[in-house]
Amino acid sequence: MSALGRVVRSGVGRRRVQTVVIGLATTMAVTSSVLGGSLLVASTAPFDDAFAEQRGAHLSAQFDAGKATVEQVSGTATLSGVTDAAGPFPTASVTPDTSVGPENPPTLTVVGRTDPGGSVDAVTLTEGTWVDGPTEIVLSADGPLSKTPTGSAVGTRLTFPDLPGAPTLTVVGLARSVSRTADGWVAPSWITSPEGYQMLYRFSAADTAEQVDAGRAAVTAAVPEGALNGSQSWLVLKKTADRSIAVFVPFLIAFGVLGLFMSLLVVGNVVAGAVGAGTRRIGILKALGFTPAQVVRAYMGQALIPAAVGTALGVVAGNLLAIPMLAETEEVYGAVTLTVAPWVDVVVILGALAMVSVTAWVSALRAGRLRTVDAIAVGRTPRPGRGQWAARLTARLPLPRPISLGLARPFARPARAVAMTAAVLFGATAVTFAVGLAASLNQVQIARNHDSADVTVGSMGPGMMGPGGPSRRPAADPAAISAVIDAQPGTRAHYSTATTRMTVPGVADFTKVVAFDGDATWDGYQMTSGRWFDKPGEAVAPTTFLTATGTKIGDTVTLKDADRTYTVKIVGDVFEMSNDGMVLFTDARTVTITDSEPQRAGHFIALQPGTDVTAYTNTLDTALKPLGVNAEPGGKNQASETLILINSLTATLTLMLVAVAAMGVLNAVVLDTRERVRDLGVHKALGMTPRQTIAMVIASVVVIGAVGGAVGVPVGVALHDVVLPAMGDSAGIGLPASVFTVHNPTGLVLLGIGGLLIAVLGALLPATWAARTRTATALRTE
Amino acid sequence: MTTPVIELRDVSRRYDDGPPALSDVSLTVHAGEAVAILGPSGSGKSTLLNLIAALDRPDTGTVTVDGVRVDGMGEAASARHRRAKIGMVFQFFNLLDDLTVADNVVLPAQLAGMARGEAGRRAAELLEALGVARHARAYPGRLSGGERQRVAVARALMNRPALLLADEPTGALDTASGEDVSALLTELNADGQTIVVVTHDLALAQSCTRRTIQLVDGRIAGDVVAEPTR
Repeated sequence: MSALGRVVRSGVGRRRVQTVVIGLATTMAVTSSVLGGSLLVASTAPFDDAFAEQRGAHLSAQFDAGKATVEQVSGTATLSGVTDAAGPFPTASVTPDTSVGPENPPTLTVVGRTDPGGSVDAVTLTEGTWVDGPTEIVLSADGPLSKTPTGSAVGTRLTFPDLPGAPTLTVVGLARSVSRTADGWVAPSWITSPEGYQMLYRFSAADTAEQVDAGRAAVTAAVPEGALNGSQSWLVLKKTADRSIAVFVPFLIAFGVLGLFMSLLVVGNVVAGAVGAGTRRIGILKALGFTPAQVVRAYMGQALIPAAVGTALGVVAGNLLAIPMLAETEEVYGAVTLTVAPWVDVVVILGALAMVSVTAWVSALRAGRLRTVDAIAVGRTPRPGRGQWAARLTARLPLPRPISLGLARPFARPARAVAMTAAVLFGATAVTFAVGLAASLNQVQIARNHDSADVTVGSMGPGMMGPGGPSRRPAADPAAISAVIDAQPGTRAHYSTATTRMTVPGVADFTKVVAFDGDATWDGYQMTSGRWFDKPGEAVAPTTFLTATGTKIGDTVTLKDADRTYTVKIVGDVFEMSNDGMVLFTDARTVTITDSEPQRAGHFIALQPGTDVTAYTNTLDTALKPLGVNAEPGGKNQASETLILINSLTATLTLMLVAVAAMGVLNAVVLDTRERVRDLGVHKALGMTPRQTIAMVIASVVVIGAVGGAVGVPVGVALHDVVLPAMGDSAGIGLPASVFTVHNPTGLVLLGIGGLLIAVLGALLPATWAARTRTATALRTE
Repeated sequence: MTTPVIELRDVSRRYDDGPPALSDVSLTVHAGEAVAILGPSGSGKSTLLNLIAALDRPDTGTVTVDGVRVDGMGEAASARHRRAKIGMVFQFFNLLDDLTVADNVVLPAQLAGMARGEAGRRAAELLEALGVARHARAYPGRLSGGERQRVAVARALMNRPALLLADEPTGALDTASGEDVSALLTELNADGQTIVVVTHDLALAQSCTRRTIQLVDGRIAGDVVAEPTR
């Protein structure tokens, strides 16, 4: 082994604390970076690839056949900015019977197309063949009818009893359109009287919502007023496709950046500290013939070896942690298997090592520049006293002397104190951010569940309709159930809901419409903006629905079921995550839901204070038995897997950051204690007890912890306020105010004390070491 | 005969597998005595001083200082004992560079919990008596070696110790400063302060002490009390 190699190896071995600190800091930074980078790539890659392959539509437009002619719609293909277009394709909303698929099939938007290919929206046939006549249909591979209990729907037959002659179509294939342009495709001749026409556009510029909106505006202007009655931007689809995993990206980036800064800070501090503490050693190395460059390389090597180990561990941890989150995306894309992109690992490894190298090089430069004679002389002459003013000041404080001695210590080593403060600051920031995020996610859970009802009857709740479709409506008359509930002593308030599926023109996905009978505002529904509906004809919907339909508060939306059309006015943006946000809440008098339609119902009851929930539920259950429904205690909704995953990840990353912060303090205090071991010996020789020694060392980090905590807490709050909306945006959901206002003064003070605890935690070990150091040994140490 | 301030009985100390640093040493120092412990490097002088100051523990034997057994004391108890009974002066002064002269001197009293005003008055008296009062607000780095050692002596006397231990107190000083410190120790002893000086400087031993204990290879090779000069 070369002389340089021996010096590096001995440095790594002798300075175990520094080695561990660098390794841990790098592990933390690399883990976060791999996670964030992988998910960023994974969240966008599948959609982008499919969109490029299918030459997806930047804008899918739905025109009212009664207001625009085929020629007028065709003319929009040549508008300025339109680079390609497909259509017009005739469209119709049809409802099949229940011979295949779930119990209550939705209304389908079918499009007449002779060819799956073309220059826009080249639909991919995943099974079977394309339609070859008016008796055939191809279903969306992502739709609820694509599978039957026995397997694929290909070969089955669908009857449409509502259409003239109740025609039957054979399912000949399944296809996937990344632009989600239809639930099914039929021969154009099958749609004898189209409700509308579909046009699919690609624009020369469509990277931003503004550019797509500009294209939409041009199309709107080219047809008669009101003719464009629905449209869907590819950006909305992309966000919908990405959001299951993209929601993780903002907070992982936040942790990645925090981890990176912490890593650089710790590496810089450790190497600078090692140079400072090893000045005499450096002098000896130079006296023995080491060149300045070799000395710099020796100290860089001492940082790079643990950093390389930390990087390797971080890559493994990042890849392992990414698995559960990538699994979520796999579900979205079916059989597509996603793994961490190898280039992300490579970039993170190279980036981490490069940054550690540069930081270590900058910190080690001083070692190269030190004059040999000065370096050897260190320790033999009194150091120029820094921070003497602080020592003078604290000596006057009415505090035990060990405490006041400790309080002055950071000012003797200002650079080191600043680095320690920064470490505590990052730790306090991470804790504050994590606590805020957890509290916010808890609020999201509360707002999502809206399960304030003490007792429920006949339903899981309006927000709990799963992908398998709703359960059947209770046979009993809702009015009869309401009468029983009203008659029950202890009832404070109750409302009922009925749920059905409808379509919005231009939007392929069905919309879940929940009709409320009675005041439901007490049941935890939270508004992002606007207000709850208070009369028939008004409705509230979540941001996802508003974005997908291109509407805002004050606009009207057209809803269609098999044979009726409703127009409702949006008066509020409600926080709701069921049915991927494609939900609309309205008054029961707004829509007509008949027994023959797909629906379900539930009753939700709030009890008067002091009412025994179990006794009430049992009594009500008995009273309802003749009506064929059951009463159950409320509040059974479970936490979302995504929220649990985010909370677990946040806790893991925060613990790592706090550990690194504490290790950063530990490292600095170890350096400080080693440098001052002779002073410690003097103190002990003068009668300082071990307890007083511990108090002095702990006191030396109190100011650092207090400042780090005091600054870190507001930074953490600010980070929370930036990241949370970004997460909501990534998920395509607006968040209610309750999600943001999660911090209270007492909690913030406690978090600030958390900064102090991080510092004390880091100083405890070296303080104990200092207390145990034998006085005679310390006095002999140079 | 006055009360013994130091009593060592059959004290031995060995570091690791090396030869004994001290071997079966017994000695008694009475109140008011000034004793010099002489010997070449490696003779066990510093080990003996550390045992008396309760900075170290013997392997065998007993060490009693001012009537208190210190050989079995824990760290905290020995620290409390030291600040109450012993003042220490070191070769390289061991003043704390980031504290003023006054703050250095007052430190042992503060560690012992003495009231701030009382400690301040006592420190001022000592600095005045030792001729360094004008440097009270200065930092040690600005003082000459002799002045620093005077400050160190003032600090050692702060808690009115029964015993003043001086480890090569003139070893880092020029001749003039060394003589100055020697005279100071003589003066203190004349006022009744018990002093033990560890040194290899025979001249210092003869100038400020009457009793000289010679250590060779960890054993007492001589214990001589000089006649008082007139």
